[in-house]
Amino acid sequence: MSDKKKELKPNTYKFDTLSLHAGYQPHKNAGSRQVPIYQTTSYLFDDVDHAAALFNLERGGHIYSRISNPTVGVLEERVASLEGGTAALATSSGMSAIFLTVMTLCEAGDHLVVSSQLYGGTVNLFRLTLPKFGIKCTFVKPRDTEGFKKAIQKNTKGIFGELVGNPGNEIMNMPEIAKIAHDAGIPLMVDATYQTPYLCKPFEHGADIVIHSLTKWMAGHGSSMAGILVEGGKFDWMQNDKFPTMIKPYEGYHGLSFAEEFGPTAFTMKARAEGMRDFGPCLSPQNAWNVLQGIETLSVRMKKHCSNAEEMVKYLSNHESVAWVSHPSAPNHPDAELANKLLPNGKGSMIAFGIKGGKDAGVAFINNVKLASHLANVGDTRTLVIHPASGTHSQMDEATLKFAGLSHDMIRLSVGIEDIDDIKNDFEIGFRAARKPRLVSNQ
Amino acid sequence: MSKNKHPETIALHGGDYRSDPATTAVAVPLYRTTSYQFNDTDHAANLFALKEFGNIYTRIMNPTNDVLEKRVAALEGGLAAVTVGSGQAASTFAIMNVCQSGDNFVSSTDLYGGTVNLFTHTLKKLGIECRYADPSDPSNFEKLIDDRTRCFYAETLPNPYLRVFPIKEVSDIGRKYSIPLIMDNTAAPVICKPLEHGAAVVVHSLTKFIGGHGTVIGGCLVDGGNFDWTKDPKRQPLFNEPDASYGGAQWGVVVPQLTGANVSYAVRARVVLLRDLGAPLAPDNAWGIIQGLETVPLRMKQHCSNAEKAVAFLQKHKNVDRVIYPTLHKGEIGERSKKYMKGGNGALIGIEVKGGVEAGKKFIESLKMFYHVANIGDARSLAIHPATTTHSQLTEEELLAAGVTPGYVRLSIGIEHPDDIIADLDQALGASGKPSLKAVS
Amino acid sequence: MKFKVNGHEVFASTGGRPFDKKKPLIIFVHGSGLTHMTWVLQTRYFAFHGYNSLAVDLPGHGLSSGKSLKSIEEMADWVSEVIDAVGHKKASLVGHSQGCLVTVECTSRYPNKIKTLSLMGGAGAIPMNPELLSLAENNDPKAVDLMMDWAHGPAGHFGGHPVPGLYHINTGTMLAKSRTIQNTLGVDFRACDNYKNGFEAAKKIKCPTLSILATDDKMCPVKEGKKLAALIDGSQVDIIDNCGHMMLLEEADRVLTVLKKFITTNYPPLSS
Repeated sequence: MSDKKKELKPNTYKFDTLSLHAGYQPHKNAGSRQVPIYQTTSYLFDDVDHAAALFNLERGGHIYSRISNPTVGVLEERVASLEGGTAALATSSGMSAIFLTVMTLCEAGDHLVVSSQLYGGTVNLFRLTLPKFGIKCTFVKPRDTEGFKKAIQKNTKGIFGELVGNPGNEIMNMPEIAKIAHDAGIPLMVDATYQTPYLCKPFEHGADIVIHSLTKWMAGHGSSMAGILVEGGKFDWMQNDKFPTMIKPYEGYHGLSFAEEFGPTAFTMKARAEGMRDFGPCLSPQNAWNVLQGIETLSVRMKKHCSNAEEMVKYLSNHESVAWVSHPSAPNHPDAELANKLLPNGKGSMIAFGIKGGKDAGVAFINNVKLASHLANVGDTRTLVIHPASGTHSQMDEATLKFAGLSHDMIRLSVGIEDIDDIKNDFEIGFRAARKPRLVSNQ
Repeated sequence: MSKNKHPETIALHGGDYRSDPATTAVAVPLYRTTSYQFNDTDHAANLFALKEFGNIYTRIMNPTNDVLEKRVAALEGGLAAVTVGSGQAASTFAIMNVCQSGDNFVSSTDLYGGTVNLFTHTLKKLGIECRYADPSDPSNFEKLIDDRTRCFYAETLPNPYLRVFPIKEVSDIGRKYSIPLIMDNTAAPVICKPLEHGAAVVVHSLTKFIGGHGTVIGGCLVDGGNFDWTKDPKRQPLFNEPDASYGGAQWGVVVPQLTGANVSYAVRARVVLLRDLGAPLAPDNAWGIIQGLETVPLRMKQHCSNAEKAVAFLQKHKNVDRVIYPTLHKGEIGERSKKYMKGGNGALIGIEVKGGVEAGKKFIESLKMFYHVANIGDARSLAIHPATTTHSQLTEEELLAAGVTPGYVRLSIGIEHPDDIIADLDQALGASGKPSLKAVS
Repeated sequence: MKFKVNGHEVFASTGGRPFDKKKPLIIFVHGSGLTHMTWVLQTRYFAFHGYNSLAVDLPGHGLSSGKSLKSIEEMADWVSEVIDAVGHKKASLVGHSQGCLVTVECTSRYPNKIKTLSLMGGAGAIPMNPELLSLAENNDPKAVDLMMDWAHGPAGHFGGHPVPGLYHINTGTMLAKSRTIQNTLGVDFRACDNYKNGFEAAKKIKCPTLSILATDDKMCPVKEGKKLAALIDGSQVDIIDNCGHMMLLEEADRVLTVLKKFITTNYPPLSS
């Protein structure tokens, strides 16, 4: 062989290519280059035997769009490929992805260890709603790595956290916390919505399940709700007796043992066959298609999001109206070193900053910026601002607010991909108004 | 427009949507957006504190979905509705909105197989117990009540027996104990209005007759506004105890105060369950269902009259052992169809093909126009063999308890021309009676 | 289920149905460094249709204990012992890749025990690229990455898994990395490289034989598979377009359909 001298290298497709191609083959779909939208509820069976085989998980295929759909399937494979995961299950929102993950892992009487720095909706789910169904959580501050270890109980079934906490930008030490989880024989679940696989692939740092609200940076355009759970495939469900429903014959499926039959994809198979089948938070094919469209530009968008964010950090750090700035790219960020290790391609586009003049100044700023949109979302292509103390986190009582690391002067900024000068000019308008709050606060 | 009493009109005009406020467009616009700009910080704070109702985030509400919600509520004669991602999510929410770990509820034994899985296996893992009552005698429900029973659950027109559920009888029992009756009315929109008979909540798989075209998956919960959630605070703790996730709100009290309407059930499902568990309906799907809803009264008429013709034909066919249809039940159970169904008895028919499993299989595989799919309520005629498909995950005991015999075939009669429907059934029944040419398959 | 062979515990998936001695036996033998899970889209079907499906984990692989066997000949004897251990006299064999070498050798050694032989991506010999062999023996995960790259055709590389939501290459990679690479893949690759008896063994096979080959198979190209099949009397050959070496997953339905027809014709199920 002529090329024998050349070093052997796997030629599997790279990230930017996978974001355009993974999960789809045109020759199997009438040659259509773009993924078709299969707006259908149900699928024709070849014969009775074929139908029975599908229902028994004897063969792959689609039965009913609540359980699976070809358009949604492309999205699932594409995200699995980008994350380096074995399998994925898309859901109708990021929250339902978290919910299905918990339901696949836990039942009444179980316990989870959860980072305290989370999106407000997730805090409510773990703190107030899951306990109603017998699932209890212990919250640990994301920087308190040892705290995760101490919080593990006999009935703990996993550790959950957001890689970069919301809204304080505190980074959890994923590799060390993964080791703590694995030493205890439980999986680490990471919500990586703010990073997308472009910035960080949590499986490379020990995570076992990755969750995304695809609504945000992955879809990118603020048009569609979607969520996904992705499986790393490394976790051994049979190493202990903590996960009987993964191992023991499942009464709902003719004695199927998910771990024995599906190994590295067992978690996703169970989440679909049980959680999605019974709880039903399925993603619509239209939304799946919109998200796929968004993922095609993930790399180019994330580059711009991150470079704009770094510009904004510099701008805000030097601004007379700004008391403090928090972003992993800021040199004074307490987790800067960890951020460089976990987020080498960019530090994300979420910035928190304190405005001088406290709450009134914050309100005036928000009410006067023109380009930045004031709304309850993050990760839009457009720049978004919110004042958490009066918005997203307003359902929290005082104690929870403090626990979540919020202050009244904090403004949360999701930097978009507009021209950086236009964003800065808009902020100047806001800051100007904030310096004389009484004149504008009644507008 | 909700004061219009006729379903044909409600289906087109129900709710308060007349035209799009921004453009005056008459057709419902598709708001494919995740989020909504706040007017100012006060506006944002009021929305999050529920001091003011408005759009925050599409997981929780969306203007396109809102039109659908109000229209379905009007069609059912309810006060409010919440749409969700699938009928299964609607059933899940229906129970989880009233039950928590340690609670129980009483369900009719006549249920869709997917709901049986949810109730028997999956909710059990969350500490919620389902107790099954045979609906042939309504008093069976009363016998299973204890202090922690939170609701009753049943389907109006359930497979496979197609026995119309005794809505009033069971809801009367429930109301004595402050227990609401939740009715899954998926198979009988327009032709039955469970809220008028005392049900407190209606759930739908919108995927089926309301969506109508087999294109979208969706579900909803309709709050009848006719149930007092505060009458017995111990019975309904989720509506009477303070909810720490909303500054200690007592849903049964605060919602009527805020809205002037008894819609606590719908509001809690939206702001707690959609917020925390997700499962929103995509606006595209809401739009598709709105389109379907416009013709559901017309389609139901055609579904029902076609089904009646098919029943008459099947009853006379030599290769059919038995035909199951709501009006064919004897005695009191048969009478229920007269009491509860108006303008038709639905599109679902069960048949036992002569010759058991093999003949049933042969019949299904010989159908040319009917589709062999796991769905009901498509405009097209559908058929399925439950023992090998929809109910295949149940054990044999559960199968028999669910009334699924080996030769049983479920038909969902479409709105094609009745002669074509009957011709297809006829030729497939003919084929089912012939010996198989394949030796061993 | 679990049972013992030579004192070591063996795991075999029975496809979701309890083992039933009355039913005819099909043994599925996986490829280098892999496990029973590669067969999930074939075994469950046969288990639900009148057969005992037994997708074994070779010793030291997947959920089986013991040390990996060092030669194809030892593995062939071991498969024969599996038939005895589960109380059967006869079985149909289905092999993939290295599993083809094993089942060919087994069939030639125990002609009276084997009813039918099905080969997926088989060849008479599987000589190893020396660098790949050395990577695997040195426990370098790159060996798995290279194998997964070469083993997958367009379906595997782009996706389009028959089971919604599953992604081929990463699933295979995790499977191959689930145990220590040098103890599984390293030993297996060396066994394949050393095995020279494939063509001679094939000439002795008399039972009905099926070969499923794929046009984009870089590990065992169609040409090699045909060469082997030509030596087996009356062997059937099925060739799948646009598919790689992992055809049992990439084109699971096609493989199942062909396999189903072949096995039920030559070794009928226990009718229910």
